Amino acid sequence: MRKIFDFHGGIHPPENKHQSVRTPIADAGIPPELVIPLSQHIGAPAVPSVAVGERVLKGQVIAQPRGFVSVPKHAPSSGTVSAIEDRLIPHPSGHSAPCIVIATDGQDEWIAHSGTPDYRQLDKAALLEKIRCAGIAGMGGAGFPSAVKLSIQPHHTIQTLIINGTECEPYITADDILMRERAQQIIAGAQILAHLIEPGETLIGVEDNKPEGIAALRAAASGTDIEVVEFPTKYPSGGEKQLIEILTGKQVPSGGLPADVGVVCQNLGSTVAIHDAIVEGRPLISRVTTVTGNSVREPQNFQVLIGTPMRYLLDRAGYEPARGNRLIMGGPMMGFTVPDDRVPVVKTTNCLLAPTEEELPTPPPAQACIRCGMCAEACPVSLLPQQLFWFAQGKEHEKLEQHNLFDCIECGACSYVCPSNIPLVQYYRASKAEIQQQRRDHEKAEHSRQRFEARQERLERAEREKEEKRAARKRAAEEKARQAGGDGEEDPIQAAIERARAKKAVQQAGGGESELEKLEKAVVSARKRLETASAKLAEAQAQGSDLVDALQTGVDKTRGKLEAAEKALQDYQASDSAAAQDAAQPGDAAQAAIEKAMAARAAEASLSPQEKARKDLKKLEQRLQKSRDKLAASRESGEEEKIIEALEATVTRLQDKVEEARIAVQDAEEA
Amino acid sequence: MALLRLSSPHAHGPMSTARVMQNVLLATVPGIIVLTHFFGFGTLVNIAWGCVVAVACESLALKLRGRPPGFYLRDCSALVTAFLLCIALPPYSPWWLIAIGIASALFLGKHFYGGLGYNPFNPAMVGYVVLLISFPVQMTTWAAPRGVGELPGLLEALQACFNPASFDAVTAATPLDVMRQNNSLLVEDLWQRTPQFGRWAGIGWEWANLAFLAGGCWLLYRRIFTWHAPLAMLASIALLAALFYDGGSSASGGSPLFHLLSGATMFGAFFIITDPVSSAVSVRGRLVYGALIGVLVYTIRVRGNYPDAVAFAVLIMNFAAPFIDHYTQPRTYGHARGGKED
Repeated sequence: MRKIFDFHGGIHPPENKHQSVRTPIADAGIPPELVIPLSQHIGAPAVPSVAVGERVLKGQVIAQPRGFVSVPKHAPSSGTVSAIEDRLIPHPSGHSAPCIVIATDGQDEWIAHSGTPDYRQLDKAALLEKIRCAGIAGMGGAGFPSAVKLSIQPHHTIQTLIINGTECEPYITADDILMRERAQQIIAGAQILAHLIEPGETLIGVEDNKPEGIAALRAAASGTDIEVVEFPTKYPSGGEKQLIEILTGKQVPSGGLPADVGVVCQNLGSTVAIHDAIVEGRPLISRVTTVTGNSVREPQNFQVLIGTPMRYLLDRAGYEPARGNRLIMGGPMMGFTVPDDRVPVVKTTNCLLAPTEEELPTPPPAQACIRCGMCAEACPVSLLPQQLFWFAQGKEHEKLEQHNLFDCIECGACSYVCPSNIPLVQYYRASKAEIQQQRRDHEKAEHSRQRFEARQERLERAEREKEEKRAARKRAAEEKARQAGGDGEEDPIQAAIERARAKKAVQQAGGGESELEKLEKAVVSARKRLETASAKLAEAQAQGSDLVDALQTGVDKTRGKLEAAEKALQDYQASDSAAAQDAAQPGDAAQAAIEKAMAARAAEASLSPQEKARKDLKKLEQRLQKSRDKLAASRESGEEEKIIEALEATVTRLQDKVEEARIAVQDAEEA
Repeated sequence: MALLRLSSPHAHGPMSTARVMQNVLLATVPGIIVLTHFFGFGTLVNIAWGCVVAVACESLALKLRGRPPGFYLRDCSALVTAFLLCIALPPYSPWWLIAIGIASALFLGKHFYGGLGYNPFNPAMVGYVVLLISFPVQMTTWAAPRGVGELPGLLEALQACFNPASFDAVTAATPLDVMRQNNSLLVEDLWQRTPQFGRWAGIGWEWANLAFLAGGCWLLYRRIFTWHAPLAMLASIALLAALFYDGGSSASGGSPLFHLLSGATMFGAFFIITDPVSSAVSVRGRLVYGALIGVLVYTIRVRGNYPDAVAFAVLIMNFAAPFIDHYTQPRTYGHARGGKED
């Protein structure tokens, strides 16, 4: 007998499972309209590959996966694509999302497909690809793409493969009925998974409240090395981490994966779907869903096509809407209410619960927390929910993280036992969202800061280089002057030529960039950025992070920028070559400078006599003024007679000259 | 059609705060019966009058705070405070003493901090300590038990409460008092010379303690609280009493059994320190909390100036509860053992 471990806490809510297992699985039939949301899994939504008006066959791919953490969508029945538009989807937020709508034709015509009963001949990559192409994502609730989960990293050795048939949530019997009716497929599916993963042991974990299912499984498993393990019923033993602890005694490290402790878990429903996909070649287009609650007359399990409107399915079980107050997808502990009974059944819809008010009463207003600690006793991950509640109310995010808020699995055990009716889980969800938002904001701010600092540094560097170049030029000019003897008027033309040459030399020596180089650099860096962004996106998808959408837009933007940069480069190259053809000579800076200097000299030469005369006059007047000033200063300070006389003579001479110049100007103007 | 949008979980267990409080009230009944049997109707009259004052004070406080009294009164927490304080008070207490005690408990101890759930101190003990410091004579005069003195009837008990001047009770020192003040007699001699001593502890006291123990066990069975704090407190008292028993010499503090069945030991262990609001929260925290209360109770009883010490011990440890919480956070699933930084 295998040793069974216990986990901390847990509760025993009324099971309410017997109502829906009295009859075998019924076929829900083909509804007139199927609504297939493009995202029914964790990861990037699929991309439609059909057009409105197109006829599709049962099992045909109608949407392709985008990225690694994504799965395709298939038409659940034959018909015509009537719309690709936003519809209400079953999601806790109650929002709308893109869906492919198929108007069924009732013929249920299959596309050509074939299975591989002898799957052992396929290599692992081919098997994984088949699982992925069959659109299989975890059918227990989270909807994580199975192929991703089954892609074992090389550094992980898997000791235990666990098929999760716990089904600890009250009311739900979808897995129970599968065990009773399709034990063979479950075992075959488990064998396929064992072939794929090569674990040391393969276990099927089932709570002891399903004796019929356990018996059926054991009968089917006899002769195989698959072990069916029974353990005491306690909510939430079906949680992946709890089940691993029950069966192996190991705890998955916080923030880690089951593979870190050598375990891989698969949902029982997914195992059957994998069997169907590999052996029969059938993609995931229908599933078993429990329809139960006192608002339906005949609670039972249905084989239902994905995309079937919930109302259609509920009506099959004798739904009396007037008796109920809400419609829950999933169980009473972790399920969420859907906004409308027309939303479709998706791959994760294991149960539709339509309770009456007496059955699941609307919660009374919350009272004060008296810190009784019943929540801490019930918590399966040993948190202190009463403290978390206290910190959540005060928005003490640091304290919340220190009290391991992010290890909360939102099982609802704390809220269930709370005598004050406090919606604890709701507080934790809200706090988690707030903290995640803060982290994102912080990351963004940090990124901006780094970018700003990098820019600042770049500008400073450019300034420094410019300064150095300037200094180099100055030195060169001084050197030149010294060589030329350091006297005499420099020929401005020669100087300009020298300057331009020096500049060009500096440019060629490095440092500066031509326009072309700049553009090339922009393209390279954009490409690099795109690569990093894509890598980040892939990582986020692999982890099923909810940042995926944000990262996706980031990647798209970066790609746009890269394209723009490439285009700019091409344009420049085109115009550059055109310019080169236009100009007889390459228009370099030196040439330009020479021309400029020459032009200046020519301009001087071409001055009119009138202007020249005026210029001379002005100069003379200035000299006269200076001499007068000097004379006045000498007189005041009492200089020698001789000097004063000399100065007076100069002034007189200059006055004459000015007079002459004035006449010259007048002459010139008259001329 | 409009479907209700609610967040999970949708199912709820049968427990409610009012039910928790009612269970506590019910569990005090055996103790009250025993107290009434041995000390007369005093305790019952205390409780009846205390409840009237408590409901009035609670309503007034809620009204002043702008809360609907109807909704909050239904949680029965004010009644629990009244019961606990009135059981702790000496029987035949005058009406004003009870009124001041209850008002202090509910206003000072509870509503000044924001009402139920936000009080750092046990309200009943706040009320008790206010009275003990303000009116030491009334608070340390305990009626003589059946067999030692004449028990007053119901009418006299009512008179004692509402017309205290006309009432003259037969009083006797409590066994704890006798034990504390003894410094010349061997424990055995003391036992023979003092009529208040019974089989294991004081007459009446031993049975009252056993009755509160029974009520506490019933609450444990009902899973109203866990065993950790009470057991830790009783264990530490017993351990210290055993350590300092000193073979029953004149310097002895009394036997473990004497301490377990004297004064408010069991009442404190199961009805006072288990008040969840003001105690430590985690399992380990409650063990530490209970054990330290036990240490304080024994120390104050034997070495201090007060005959019993539960109220002071609880209030002091209420101060320490957040500190204990900080260091006794349980290991969360998937986290390394003892790997808590900070």
